Parts: sequence; C-alpha cells; structure tokens
Amino acid sequence: MEFFKIRKDIPFMRHALVFNVISLVTFLLAVFFLATRGLHLSVEFTGGTLIEVSYSQAADLEKIRGALGKSGFSDYSVQNFGSSQDVLIRLPLKSEQNTAKLGESVMAALSAEDASASLRRVEFVGPQVGKELAENGAMALLVVIIGIVIYLAFRFEWRFSVSAIIANLHDVIIILGFFAFFQWEFSLSVLAAVLAVLGYSVNESVVVFDRVRETFRKARGMTTPQVLDHAITSTISRTIITHGSTQMMVLSMLVFGGETLHYFAMALTIGILFGIYSSVLVASPLVMWLGVSREQFIKAPKAKDPNVSDDGACV
Amino acid sequence: MNRYPLWKYITVVVALVIGFLYTLPNFFGEAPAVQLSPARATLKTDAQLLSRVEAALQGAGISHDGIFLDSNGVKTRFKDTDTQLKVKDLLEKTFNPNPQDAQYVVALNLLSSSPKWLSNLGALPMYLGLDLRGGVHFLLQVDMAGALTKRLDSMSADLRTLLRDKNLRHAGINREGNAVVVKFRDADTRTKARIVLEDNQPDLTFVDGQDGSDLKLTASLKPTAVKRIQDFALKQNITTLHNRINELGVAEPVIQQQGADRIVVQLPGVQDTAKAKDILGRTATLEIRMVDDTPGALEAAMAGQAPFGTELYSERGGSPLLVKKQVVLTGDRLTDAQPGFDGQTHEPAVHLTLDSAGARIFKDITRENVGKRMAILLIEKGKGEVVTAPVIRTEIGGGRVQISGKMSTMEANDTALLLRAGSLAAPMDIVEERTIGPSLGADNISKGFHSTLWGFLAIAAFMMCYYLMFGLISTLALAANLMFLVALLSLMQATLTLPGIAAIALTLGMAIDSNVLINERVREELRNGASPQAAISAGYERAFGTILDSNVTTLIAGVALLAFGSGPIRGFAVVHCLGILTSMFSSVVVSRALVNLIYGRRKKLDKVSIGQVWKPGLDSAK
Repeated sequence: MEFFKIRKDIPFMRHALVFNVISLVTFLLAVFFLATRGLHLSVEFTGGTLIEVSYSQAADLEKIRGALGKSGFSDYSVQNFGSSQDVLIRLPLKSEQNTAKLGESVMAALSAEDASASLRRVEFVGPQVGKELAENGAMALLVVIIGIVIYLAFRFEWRFSVSAIIANLHDVIIILGFFAFFQWEFSLSVLAAVLAVLGYSVNESVVVFDRVRETFRKARGMTTPQVLDHAITSTISRTIITHGSTQMMVLSMLVFGGETLHYFAMALTIGILFGIYSSVLVASPLVMWLGVSREQFIKAPKAKDPNVSDDGACV
Repeated sequence: MNRYPLWKYITVVVALVIGFLYTLPNFFGEAPAVQLSPARATLKTDAQLLSRVEAALQGAGISHDGIFLDSNGVKTRFKDTDTQLKVKDLLEKTFNPNPQDAQYVVALNLLSSSPKWLSNLGALPMYLGLDLRGGVHFLLQVDMAGALTKRLDSMSADLRTLLRDKNLRHAGINREGNAVVVKFRDADTRTKARIVLEDNQPDLTFVDGQDGSDLKLTASLKPTAVKRIQDFALKQNITTLHNRINELGVAEPVIQQQGADRIVVQLPGVQDTAKAKDILGRTATLEIRMVDDTPGALEAAMAGQAPFGTELYSERGGSPLLVKKQVVLTGDRLTDAQPGFDGQTHEPAVHLTLDSAGARIFKDITRENVGKRMAILLIEKGKGEVVTAPVIRTEIGGGRVQISGKMSTMEANDTALLLRAGSLAAPMDIVEERTIGPSLGADNISKGFHSTLWGFLAIAAFMMCYYLMFGLISTLALAANLMFLVALLSLMQATLTLPGIAAIALTLGMAIDSNVLINERVREELRNGASPQAAISAGYERAFGTILDSNVTTLIAGVALLAFGSGPIRGFAVVHCLGILTSMFSSVVVSRALVNLIYGRRKKLDKVSIGQVWKPGLDSAK
C-alpha cells in the first residue's frame, strides 16, 4: 500500500500567505473566545468541592437539586457525568462551611432523597492549592517553551526555533480557544495534554526542518521556497501516517476512556489536527520569511548532527 | 552491512528477558491478604511474630496461600475476601485482646499473587495510584505561624523559670506577636537578666527597649531557630500522623512531606473516609494551665474584660472558667494516655503518664498550688475546651495523672486515642482532598486498559497492512516498548494513575512515529534506486537524527511537566518521560535487531517486504 503518490513537489509556499491568514484568523478567534468567554476551569484550579455520585437508576437531576437546596447548599451545579446514572455535583468554596464534612453532609442529603445513591469520589481543593496549580501550570508552559527554543536554536538555527515555537504556541491558543468556545472543563489533565501536544507538534516541525537542512546541504540551485516545498512534500506521508497512528490511539481513549479521559483526549485530538497544519503550513513559511538561506547551513558545521560521523555511520 | 555484532543481539535479548520478567507479575493480579504490623516501635517484626500468626491460623483451621515477613509486618495471602475478613477478625482478637490498647495494626491488603521466585527477584506488579485502587488522599497544610507561637509560649515559660531560679525580679513576661517581651523595673536587673538569658537561650536574640516607664527586653527567635522549629514541627506532625493512621489500620499508608509546609497523606483502600478525616483532621493538643480564681475576675471576663494574662474558656458541661494564659505543661510531655475509670467515683477517666521532665514540672506546680484549681484543656482546631478543672489536694509526683470529668466512656476512649496518638506540633488544615470509591477505581483500570488495548491493535493492524513485514517489525518493537515501560514502572514502583495509563497510550501512539520515520526513509531510499540492503542501512541511519531531535523536544515538555506538575500531571509526566526513553531503545535498537536478523544475513536480497514502493513513472514497482 502506498497512499502518497506525489510526482512533483507540491508548491505549498506559493500559498503561504493564505495559510497564514487562515491561521491568524483562527488564532484571533481563539483569543477572542478566551477573552470573552474565558476557560471553564475545573475545581482543581478554582478550589471547591466536587462530588461524584452513582445511582442505581437514571438520576433525577431536579430532585437532587431540590435535596441540596433543602439542606442549605447554594451555588451548586449538578449534572450528569458520563452516563445518566452518574451525577457530578460541584460546590464552590465557602469559608463558613466546614469543608471537611461537606462530602458527608451532601451524601446525607442525597441518601435521604434516594437510598441508592452511592459515593464514587470526592475532590476538595483549597483556594491556595488551586492558585498554585494554576501558577505551576503557567510555569511549566513557560519552561517548555524556553527549553524547546534553546534546544532548536542549538540544533538548528534561531529562525527555526522561533518559527517552530510560534507555530506551536498558536496550536496551544487554538486548543484553549476551543475549550473556551464550548466551555469544556479545563482540568489538570487537559493541561497535561496541552503541554504534551506542545512537545509533540514541535516534533513535527523538527522533522520538516531536518529535511530542510538536509535539502539545503544536498541540493544546490534550489530557491528557498523550492527547498521548503521539497522538504514538506517528502515528509508529508510520514506526517499523515504518524499523526494518523497517534490519533488512532487518542480516538481509542476518546471512545473507551470514559468521562475522565474525555477532555484529555479531546485536547489531544485538536492539538494533533492543528499540529499537522501549523507545523507544516505555518512554521515553514515563517522560516522563509525570517530569511533562512543555504549559506546558514554550509557555513555552520556546528548545526550538523553530532551523532552522525562524516561517513554517515551512527551509533 | 546490516549485521549487528553478537553483543548487540545479546543486549537486546537480555533487555527483553529482563523486561518480560518484570512485566510478568502484572499478569498474576492480586489476592486478598491480611497484614499484621506492630503499632509501636518497641514491638519487633520477626520470625516469632510470623509463627504466632501461623499458629493462630492453624488453631482456627484456616488455610492460607502463603505467609510472608517483611519490614512492614507479616502478610498472609488468602483465596477469597470472605476468608480475609474472617482472618482479620481472628487476628484482631488474638493480637489485640484489649481493643482499647491495640498493640498491633491488623489491616486488609492486596498482595501480588505472582509465584515466589518472581517476588524474590524483586519483581512486583505496578503500584497503583488511589484513582485506580480507591482510597483517600489528603493534602494537609501545616500552620507554621502556629508552630512558632506555640514554641514562643513555651519559651516564655522557660524564661520565667530561669529568671526565678536566678532571683532576678521582672515585671512581667508576655508574648507579643512573634516576640517575647520581658519587663524590668531597673536597668541593672535587665543587664543581669540579659546575660543569664543569652547564656541559656541560644535560640533567641535579645534587644533592649523602653515602653513608657518600663524597661523592656524583647526576645525573638533567630532565623536558624525558626527554620529548625518549622522543620521539627513538620517532622513531628508526620510522626503524629503515622501514629494516628496506625490506629486506623491502613495497610500501605503514604505520609510524605511536600514542599516546605505540606504533608501528603494517602490511604489506599480506606472506605470510611469520615472516620479517617476525623482522626487526621483533629489537631487536639493537651495543655495544663492554672485557673484564675481571683474573686470578681470571672465576672469581669464574662462582661468582656478578661483580666490581663487570662482567657475565658467553657468547661465541659457549659459553665465558664477563667484560665491563665501561661501554659504549665503541654501534650509533648505525655508518654501515654489510657481510658479507664476513676478509682473512687467509677466515672470514666483518662489516665495520663508524663515523661520525667513533665513529671518534675507537674510535681513542682502541684506542690506550689495546693488548694488551687488547675485546668486540663483539650485544644482542637484552635478552640479550647476545659476537660476538667480539679482542685489540687496534694503534691502529685511520679508523673501519673488522671483526667476525669463529665465525660462518657466513648468520650474517654476518644480523648485517650487522640492524646495517645501524639499531639501535633502545629495545627494542620486539609487543603486538598480526593476520595475515590473502589468501584470507580476498577472502572478506571478497565477504561485505561481498553483504551490502550484497542489503540494498540488499531495501530498494529494499520502498520502491518501498510508496511507488511516492516510493519510487523514496527509492531513488535512497539510491543517491546510497552513491555519495557511496564517493566520499568513495576521495577521503580512508580505510582500508576489513570493519567499515567493515558500517558502509556499516548506514548505508544507517539512512539510509532520513530518507526514510521524509519520505514518511510527506507522506502524513499528504495524509490531512489538504492539496493534493499543499502536502503535499510541508510534508512535507519538517516532517520536517527530526526528521531533524536523529535524525542528530545518531547522529553523537554515531559520534564517540565514533571518539574512543575503535581497530582495527576505528575503521574502523567513520569510515564511520559519513561516512555520516550524506552521508545528510543525499542524503535531504533530492537527493530533494527529484528530487521538485521531477518534481512541482514542474506547476501542477495532482491526485495524487502515494506509494502508498495511507488516510483514516479513506474507505477507497479514493488
């Protein structure tokens, strides 16, 4: 089997501007939704209490709300979680409530209404911890960005590292934009997925850049857009296959992983789709516009892979 | 050119065998077990304990599936949970004849049912996190300011004793914020006092000052002392938590310091979270203080004007009591507390035993205050309650004290347990809590397992259709990767959580990238007219640089997650990072070994089975 029978290099760079305009529009939309709607942060970040309750039959949400109201709770949210029998109750932080007993008092209220209610899990996060988690998340993002920029600058050239990071940050913003638009819950595991996507789609740029470097070294007389076109075309089949394979795994998580892994897999799916697009069609034109040229690779022997000796042997 | 030296094959085979051995225990699953461990440090875990357990089981005619001794205690494995519960009750009765004074912790546990020779190799199943096995997770914040205040309070008592011993008259000692202020009437005494105090209290720095007509000496803690007190408070709290959790009977509790002022407590398998929280969250400390019986003082305090140096508390039963702020004794001096009954009134009581320093202080104070009342306070969550306030009739020596007051037998038991479990050096608050029911844990395991399984099968099917033999090799390499990852996780006993399982799945999905890169490169070389052998060699070599680059960038993200992540993120990051490392080995070295084994030996290799290699212009080249 061979999916990709491409005779000539596809002139991606001719349409570079179009791709970038599309990207920019998506990016701005994402920023717009982030700014106007904001992320629906999970209890882990905001602090509060989360209680998952399972019923033997389909749960009556109205009745549950009524029971909670009667017991003196306020500002709670009750929704189904995964199936009609499972219910997720969120309670905001309240200073006057005894948080330690919250889980029990909610369960007492619910059991009084329906004896089949059984507690599946309770999560309580204090305000300080939530703030720290958010700060640490932001810090992790920053460190990933700096680390990748430094590594790519060292292995390739600063132009590559800058383009790669711009392209992939734009992925991150777009994922966040999706979460803001649909008001999906942004939890710690989604954050993990976002950061994993960042590392993963930089991968993609690296594969293309590797080819660009190689082509620059090998082929004389090709213009920069031609070199980029060639690099993208010759890696396109691996790009699609790799991402397809990863997506199969993610899809499997989306289908079998249940509610807990749902948004994690969702973030990965968006990240993978936009990762292909951005690292191929955004990063490469950026490199071009930043003025990459053949000389930068011929002059600088440093950029060579230290693991490959001159005769091409490697260990 | 496509032949590995023998040592490389041997390396691969050895790695695979080790990987297989350490993955193996995960297939045997776990069997119900009962764990018996001493609740006190003085009791030894030795072969004698093992034979006692065996004898108890034999006596009751219960057969077991294996009995093991380790540093934690004696673990006995059983066929089913019914026997497990029966044995728990049996051991509870045999080893703790007096339930009020538990010598041993009897806890339900799960034990790997892998054969003994595997366990002897140190091969254990993966350590499952709370979200997979169910249990409670608490993050407790230690109130460091509280620890310092407490220390300063006891220091001001020390200062008082010191000055009295040296016959230096002062006009009052009080704690003001984070300092202790000693007032003097004349400068001469102050100078003398300062010399004495500086000699005897190396942890304090003293500053002279003036407050109206009074001369002041302000003592504050040195920064090194502050640090030491905080470290000590944390350690003390951890020890106390250990003791309290021992009383709960949890098989494998995790109690760890996190950061400078936090403690993580994980209690796998605990279902009665209310009880656990109750025991953990209670920050009961015992304080003995003197009662201020000055006529009129109580009335003034009731009116909102407590005389200086006193506090208003209510006695059990409701009547108010004015107590001096100065603490005579704290729970730190307590070595034991047992519930019992008062010898004369037959009221429920708690019998306390003090250590030698505590006994001396208690003797002094009772001698000096015969006829006065002393209050025994139980301070829980910042709120104090006077348990009892007896009149001191005679000097009490020997360090044996009895608290009796208006309490029920149940209350006496609880109070004794709390006091015995040790007092906390500083108050703690629960800042994070996770409770996961056992059914949710089992659900999570099956969800994670199915995600990984079906994803893996889909990738395997696709790879084998698309790359034929090379696809099969890639799949085998991916399977080897999964095995290495599981083996490494089992070997390190890193905690596996649901995000960790997601990371396994994701890492596998990403790891196939290396093999796709290699296979595409080989095809490309073939397309450009290279001979099969040359194409394989060039494909692997050229792809390696790219694989390295892409894995390093992924690893950067993984390490950052590891460094800054907590909770679920950390579980994800650990597996992710390990997976990247194992994938480098399996997708490059293991798959190359397989390719070399299959194709490398053939001198004349006309074609390789890597699927259709399409060449522009030549549509049917295979």
